[in-house]
Amino acid sequence: MTAPLLDIAGLTVNLGSASAPLPVVAGIDLTVHAGETLALVGESGCGKSLTALALMRLLPPAARITAGTVRLGETDLLHLTEAEMRRVRGSQMAMIFQEPQTALNPVLTVGAQIAEAGSLSATRVIELLQAVGIPDSVLRVHDYPHQLSGGMKQRVMIALALAGNPQLLIADEPTTALDVTIQAQVLRLLKRLQHETGMALLLITHDLGVVAETANRLAVMYAGQIVETAPVADFFAAPAHPYSRRLLESLPSAAQREQRLATIAGRVPPLKTLFIGCRFADRCQMAREICHTTPPPWQMRNAEHGARCHFVDDHRQLVVESCQLAVGSWQSEIAPAPLLRVADLQVHFPIQRGLLRRTVGQIKAVDGVTLDLHAGQTLALVGESGCGKTTIGRAILQLLAPTGGTICYGEHNLSALTQRQLRPLRKEIQIIFQDPYAAMNPRLLVGDVIGEGLLALGLAPRRADRERRVAELLTLVGLDAAAANRYPHEFSGGQRQRICIARALAVEPRILICDEPTSALDVSVQAQILNLLKDLQQRLGLAYLFITHNVSVVAYLADAVAVMYLGRIVEQGAVTDLLTDSRHPYTRALLSAVPVIDSTQRRSVIQLDGEMPSPRQPPPGCHFHPRCPDAEPDCARAYPEMQQFGAGRLVRCFRADLSCQTDN
Amino acid sequence: MGVYVLRRLLYAVPILIGVNLLTFVLFFVVNAPDDMARMQLGEKRVTPEAVQLWKQAHGYDKPLLFNATTTGIAQFTDTIFFDKSVRLFAFQFGASDDGRNIGADIAQRMWPSLAIALPVLIVGLAVNISVALGLALLRATYVDIGSVVVLVALLSISGLFYIIGGQFVLSKLLHLAPISGYDTGLNALKFLVLPVLIGVISGIGAGTRWYRTLFLEEISKDYVRTARAKGLSETRVLVRHVLGNALIPILTGVVVVLPLLFMGSLLTESFFGIPGLGSYTIDAISNQDFAIVRSMVFLGAVLYILGLILTDFSYALVDPRIRLQ
Repeated sequence: MTAPLLDIAGLTVNLGSASAPLPVVAGIDLTVHAGETLALVGESGCGKSLTALALMRLLPPAARITAGTVRLGETDLLHLTEAEMRRVRGSQMAMIFQEPQTALNPVLTVGAQIAEAGSLSATRVIELLQAVGIPDSVLRVHDYPHQLSGGMKQRVMIALALAGNPQLLIADEPTTALDVTIQAQVLRLLKRLQHETGMALLLITHDLGVVAETANRLAVMYAGQIVETAPVADFFAAPAHPYSRRLLESLPSAAQREQRLATIAGRVPPLKTLFIGCRFADRCQMAREICHTTPPPWQMRNAEHGARCHFVDDHRQLVVESCQLAVGSWQSEIAPAPLLRVADLQVHFPIQRGLLRRTVGQIKAVDGVTLDLHAGQTLALVGESGCGKTTIGRAILQLLAPTGGTICYGEHNLSALTQRQLRPLRKEIQIIFQDPYAAMNPRLLVGDVIGEGLLALGLAPRRADRERRVAELLTLVGLDAAAANRYPHEFSGGQRQRICIARALAVEPRILICDEPTSALDVSVQAQILNLLKDLQQRLGLAYLFITHNVSVVAYLADAVAVMYLGRIVEQGAVTDLLTDSRHPYTRALLSAVPVIDSTQRRSVIQLDGEMPSPRQPPPGCHFHPRCPDAEPDCARAYPEMQQFGAGRLVRCFRADLSCQTDN
Repeated sequence: MGVYVLRRLLYAVPILIGVNLLTFVLFFVVNAPDDMARMQLGEKRVTPEAVQLWKQAHGYDKPLLFNATTTGIAQFTDTIFFDKSVRLFAFQFGASDDGRNIGADIAQRMWPSLAIALPVLIVGLAVNISVALGLALLRATYVDIGSVVVLVALLSISGLFYIIGGQFVLSKLLHLAPISGYDTGLNALKFLVLPVLIGVISGIGAGTRWYRTLFLEEISKDYVRTARAKGLSETRVLVRHVLGNALIPILTGVVVVLPLLFMGSLLTESFFGIPGLGSYTIDAISNQDFAIVRSMVFLGAVLYILGLILTDFSYALVDPRIRLQ
């Protein structure tokens, strides 16, 4: 085998002062070969981003490299002077970052920022923009970053990284902030560029689906150590480390609908932990005596597949204990009358111009949406960012005044009620938000956060009653009742989301609007929250309106699905029908863009060109036709009406009956 | 953009009316013309006749808001409110208590004020930005830590100390510049050196600390990491990326005070004997000349509103993300 392009040996990065160092990266060994994609996988806080920054020698001031070697080709990067290292950055190794929103300088044009990366000529900049698939690149050169969409900004970042023809590209979560269809575009672009230039790619991600579709090899990181490295096919066929296995099992999917998701007990150990044995031992269900006393050696299962575990070859350990079946039946009985009936809901925002701020147009964020939500049922609302799904949630809660249509809870039309009449009904519908960090007032005790709703709606005016109820709720969501006397910042992300759920449940709602409740969480924590939501639904008979862009969560949790595009529902129906036999071309494109681990189930990605247009000026006719692979001239004339297919299946497409044959 | 300018100017009208009404209440209702006359004439031996005479001479013998003795429009125009407050809108400031034309005084005295304030602003900005950028480059070194001590000491010292200390050391001991005074034309230059120098030095502490904070805030942003990942040198990162972004708050902070430079500085002008608007105001206050004080309060409000409008425009000019509509 040829010498690797990048050879990392014993790399150690410490945070904090020299007297009390906190090892965040604890002696990792990795190699990347030319033209290869190595994925570095792990949950937040495992040290993967710091590893990448250490390779570029761009660590924040608080972090220091204390040991190890990093060789790029013949060069020992850690012994270069800062001036020599600058010549390596950008030309031999380049990096792209997670958040294209903030990673570009807002006051310089994208052309200037790319040109700066390698003192390039204007024509070369335009060539680069063309290479990363930016349309009208001659004009876009003069754009500022805020004039471009998230996907386009990430393409600019890639162009910027390619400017110096690097041998190694480090991509730190390059698609995490993007929608799935845009993610598919960017991943395909990276693959194509890698093929053309022969560069190596170090892909840092937490998404195992992305790994399965793009990487050749992967390395799993846990608590600052590499715990497993393997070729991708071997890894997904038989992961060797218990942590890797748990991570895979905690991914939600349709196949696990009848089960609880596997979770990893406890939480990631804090940085200051002094490890004696295996770093994962306290959370490992297979841990034995030796695991707690002796650090496991690196063991190879075969030439390429190794793990840091005492029992890497112990096949008995591979038998995953069967996931406990949930008590009772998941089949929810659908009551004849829906709990919540949204009919022809419209939410328009006026565009105002001129001296007198006259309304010159409407942004139709939600344009004629009809939904039924039944008790004990989960209705998932799926779509890309900007499609209007969050606006629907806010309109149902009456946080936004709808422009038209009705939202009926029982016999009350919520949007026709006065604030006073609405107050007693507020307790019926509650919401949990995406970001549990931002959703709580940091100055309130957890007990007050949860009890506030009880007090505001006059449900428990006496302090003792409130405290008892708060304790009950905390126990219900799996936290200790003593948590009431602590502040939100003392809890981890998953615990905070549990607190948010307890807060929503405090007033005994019958409907819970879940707005991307797990997308800010790691997969193993996501599994815990999904399990909790499923338990609560069964115990309390709650109805969920689950707003998400994550199709595998939908497959696992939802009973019914509605797919949204540009303010309208394009397809809705029961989850199994819709996911296995989708009729609308957008639904099919969306599903095909989701990275799948199992290569046998992988379908070819239906590549959508461009991005969702602005709701200011939606395309005429069917909003989707400019991007639709099946579009025909008729599609530009009128918006298709809802058509019914079988029981409860609604599709808005002229070609719905034709297109089902072209798939599968 | 044009529409935005128009709307902002229209918004300024009610604010100015409010300022005008408020000063009217303060100067004529709280402190009635009779009290003014008594103060001007001295506490002792004030006869009602003398008060009446003084009021007549200075135009304060009319009713406040409504004159019942005349007819037609004069019922409203022949009042103190119209004469002393409404006329301010047309920049007719009237006469001071000693009979001088306030408008002419202001037009004459704003130039010496500007001759000090403008160089202080420009030199101060250049010095503060360069020092702050240097400290950002040397962040977390002993130079940076030491600078905190020096700068905090500089900003803790009263402005009076700089003036008196500067006059003592530079003028009295070293005879480098005249202690105070002013002259016309180019002869004024030698009188400007000391006040400008002292103005710059007394601003270094606060200005540099603030700009350094702005730079350090920008340095921790993601796009700076991107710039470093391109292989740019630290100086280039600082000048092209960090400075470009940090200049936005700096510039807008400067634009808001630009119109107020005309008003001069109360302390500096009094101590250095500069015949500007600052010393004009101070003198008027000590002479209880409310006609001048009222004019300066109104002028200050107008200029401040102008500064705020200019700030909004400057945002749109320097920040490509902001469009006015």
